[in-house]
Amino acid sequence: MSERFRRLLDFSGMDVDRILAILATTDVMAQVLQRPVKRVPALQGFTVATLFFEDSTRTRLSFERAARAQSADVMAFARGGTSLSKGESLRDTVATLDALQVDAYVVRHPAAGAAHQVASWTDAAVINAGDGRRAHPTQALLDAYAYREATGRPFEETRLTIVGDVAHSRVARSDAELWQRLGAEVVLCGPPTLLPPDLAALPGVRLETRLEPALDGAHAVMALRLQHERMDTGRIHSTAAYAERYQLTEARLAGAHPDAVVLHPGPMNRDVEIEGALADGPRSLITRQVAAGVPVRMAVLYHLLVGKGSR
Amino acid sequence: MTVKAILLDARELDRALTRIAHEIVESNKGAENLALVGVHTRGVPIAERLADRIASFESLRPPVGKLDITLYRDDLTEIALQPVVKKTEVAFDVSGMRLVLCDDVLYTGRTARAALDALVDMGRPAAIQYAVLVDRGHRELPIRADYVGKNVPTRRDEVVKVRLEEIDGEDGVVLGVRGEAPT
Amino acid sequence: MNDPRTAPRTWIRGATIVTSDGEIGTGDLVLADGRIEGAEPRGPVDHEVDATGLVATAAFIDPHVHLREPGFEVKEDLVSGLAAAAAGGYGTVVSMANTDPVVDEPGLVRSLIEKAERLGGTRLRPAAALSMGLRGERLTDAAALAEAGAVMLTDDGIPVVDGELMRRACEWARDLDLVVQTHSEDPTLRGDGVMNEGAVSERLGLPGNPRAAEAAMTYRDAEIARLTGARVHIAHVSCRAALDVVAFFKEKGVSVTCEVTPHHLTLTDEALASFDPVFKVAPPLRTADDVQALRDGIRSGLVDCLGTDHAPHTREEKQRDLLSAPFGIAHIEVAFPVLYEALVLGGVVALPELLRLLQDGPADVMGWPAPSLAEGAPADVVLLDLDTARTVDPGRFLSKAKFGPWDGQTLRGWPMRTWVAGREVFRRDDAR
Repeated sequence: MSERFRRLLDFSGMDVDRILAILATTDVMAQVLQRPVKRVPALQGFTVATLFFEDSTRTRLSFERAARAQSADVMAFARGGTSLSKGESLRDTVATLDALQVDAYVVRHPAAGAAHQVASWTDAAVINAGDGRRAHPTQALLDAYAYREATGRPFEETRLTIVGDVAHSRVARSDAELWQRLGAEVVLCGPPTLLPPDLAALPGVRLETRLEPALDGAHAVMALRLQHERMDTGRIHSTAAYAERYQLTEARLAGAHPDAVVLHPGPMNRDVEIEGALADGPRSLITRQVAAGVPVRMAVLYHLLVGKGSR
Repeated sequence: MTVKAILLDARELDRALTRIAHEIVESNKGAENLALVGVHTRGVPIAERLADRIASFESLRPPVGKLDITLYRDDLTEIALQPVVKKTEVAFDVSGMRLVLCDDVLYTGRTARAALDALVDMGRPAAIQYAVLVDRGHRELPIRADYVGKNVPTRRDEVVKVRLEEIDGEDGVVLGVRGEAPT
Repeated sequence: MNDPRTAPRTWIRGATIVTSDGEIGTGDLVLADGRIEGAEPRGPVDHEVDATGLVATAAFIDPHVHLREPGFEVKEDLVSGLAAAAAGGYGTVVSMANTDPVVDEPGLVRSLIEKAERLGGTRLRPAAALSMGLRGERLTDAAALAEAGAVMLTDDGIPVVDGELMRRACEWARDLDLVVQTHSEDPTLRGDGVMNEGAVSERLGLPGNPRAAEAAMTYRDAEIARLTGARVHIAHVSCRAALDVVAFFKEKGVSVTCEVTPHHLTLTDEALASFDPVFKVAPPLRTADDVQALRDGIRSGLVDCLGTDHAPHTREEKQRDLLSAPFGIAHIEVAFPVLYEALVLGGVVALPELLRLLQDGPADVMGWPAPSLAEGAPADVVLLDLDTARTVDPGRFLSKAKFGPWDGQTLRGWPMRTWVAGREVFRRDDAR
């Protein structure tokens, strides 16, 4: 962990100690958010810019809250707003914002690699808040954090099963990468049209097109959101047909570990990829996942920004 | 660090804490409504020991909290190395309490400032007092301690090192100068 | 300006003369009146060139370049594009029709030729669009386009989806003895892919374009060649599967030819791990196995020729994200050093075989006489420095696209001077 940690783009090359340090800081940040004054001055003087080329109010607000809860200044840029006009290259946008003395960029973009590109053009810290199908590292961190908080089970003794539209899911890719790195076993499950066989090349990952063997012995089961456009492109016949085979239900969890918990990155299609009662039931970590969003992002901002000397 | 002088040996350190414990009780007219908050790292065992001593001559042991002030430091934009953020453990409601903030060394006053801000963000205490084992001078902020184990005039290039059984395996306070010991 | 009668007499002395037939030996070469005069001057010499240590050979033909004029002069124009071609050692290039307006009218063909002749550099031989506006709906007037000087029919850049349209274009082409060049990728199978589909695309989370899309369309286009008897030239074959299809049809005697590019011969999809859109190209960079297949095809003679598919874009466009950045690599100036390093120094083929793929190969595809150093041949000559390693400095590119995959790399095999019709059209800064 000696080299400066300046970019959270994905988990490649990140050692477990660093991941655990972020989760430990998350504990402290969660504590801050439970106090009467939910703000610390840690990032006073830093400027965090959210750069959202894709709509995601939830994620953007979560990052902005995480920055403000540490007293950072926040600049928000969103496509469709006034600032990010179509046609301007990513590079020009970054050059413009760099002139405004930004210390950290939080980048959400429909193209995989966009955050890497931004990182190659700026000295500021860069956080990938979701790039295409590639990665959404803070989501994976908050999933892991919520799981650890809820179960206390060591990751080395954990099997995580992710069910759904794996092909298009940055959440699946990031969670698979992170949990595998933490020592967990990862099973990816989905219909054959949404589960590219080439994903088997990812380290420590097993693929299953049938739900039953995928859930067998699982300690954590994550349902992915099913996008409606998947029907238009012929990947699946209908929502009903999908739910018939891949919906997570209490009954289907019979083969999982008795204490298995259920996760969903949201937003959720209730009774499509997950049974409503299961999402609301005692196995569900969904509320914890939502609650972990701000403290995890506070921890990530702290780790990326503090200890670099001022710009 | 090269050691120049022993400021407090184990017995003197023990005596200083005992005296501070008595002063705290006297000044607060008992141990009712009193709580001790130690600043990570060495303020924590100091707070524990003060609480033990108070318990030995009062009928109750004041609760002890642990405070990490990292997120309140005023130098986070500049420092080269990232401090590890530790958990603050204050299990009681600080509102209405008389808090004694405990630390090993009072120097510039910046740690105390950060700790005060952190405590105030946790609620509204009735009063906050400040106990330190050593006051070495060189204040950069208008901060003073209510309870002091020993006042030591120092130079800025000198180092005051407090060693405690719980952390360092032995008790004592030494004065040193930065740098390697000559061999 | 290309009037041969005013071309000077140039005496190239002490060169190592190499042709696609092999090394001829050290000797002299005299260019006069736009033609190869022989080994000794027959009149007053205007220029004497010391070519000791350099290889002299016929200037290359590139059957596949995008010069962007008219319409996209911000990316490239005839002046910059032909200068870049000359710097790459090319004496003749075939320009693609995907300009704005599209080259689908005889008038535009004529004006391109006239303008290039006025420039007097590397020869321009325009391809014409196969369909009006490259829309894949209605045929262009191939006869009129050929009469105006178009040398090829192609909708390059956009695959021709409509099989019947392709068939009818081939029927015209056969009758006019024009070659039809195809960008063979099935767009319905290619989908929104921006790189090769495989383990790397899945790891990088980028939409993949499967090799099947290329192989399937290559098969259809080759079947149309068989059906019509037209000469069908498969552009930029990038993968083993498509090359297998070409081999299958060649074995059957079908009039199908193919080209491969310098980038598909040297780069793989792993390059995309940098997320640099400079590596975004169509067809996409494939795997190491595909590179091996293409190199095997070079060695076996299955590959007919090399074409650069020089496709310049602005730096701004290539600094967009990977989904919206345009496809294309601009590299005509470094093509020979890249090929020389990879194929000759890399032990795939000897220099004469590489020259064949840049001289006789493309000439055969086009139906032209092979470039030659024989007496009386057009004086299109290039001098190559095979020994000196030079660093690729994109800032000195003559193309408007001053960036590429090989920036900063050290390569050997640089063209030093190029003559077209006896006139010097390029001279490297450090040339003697």
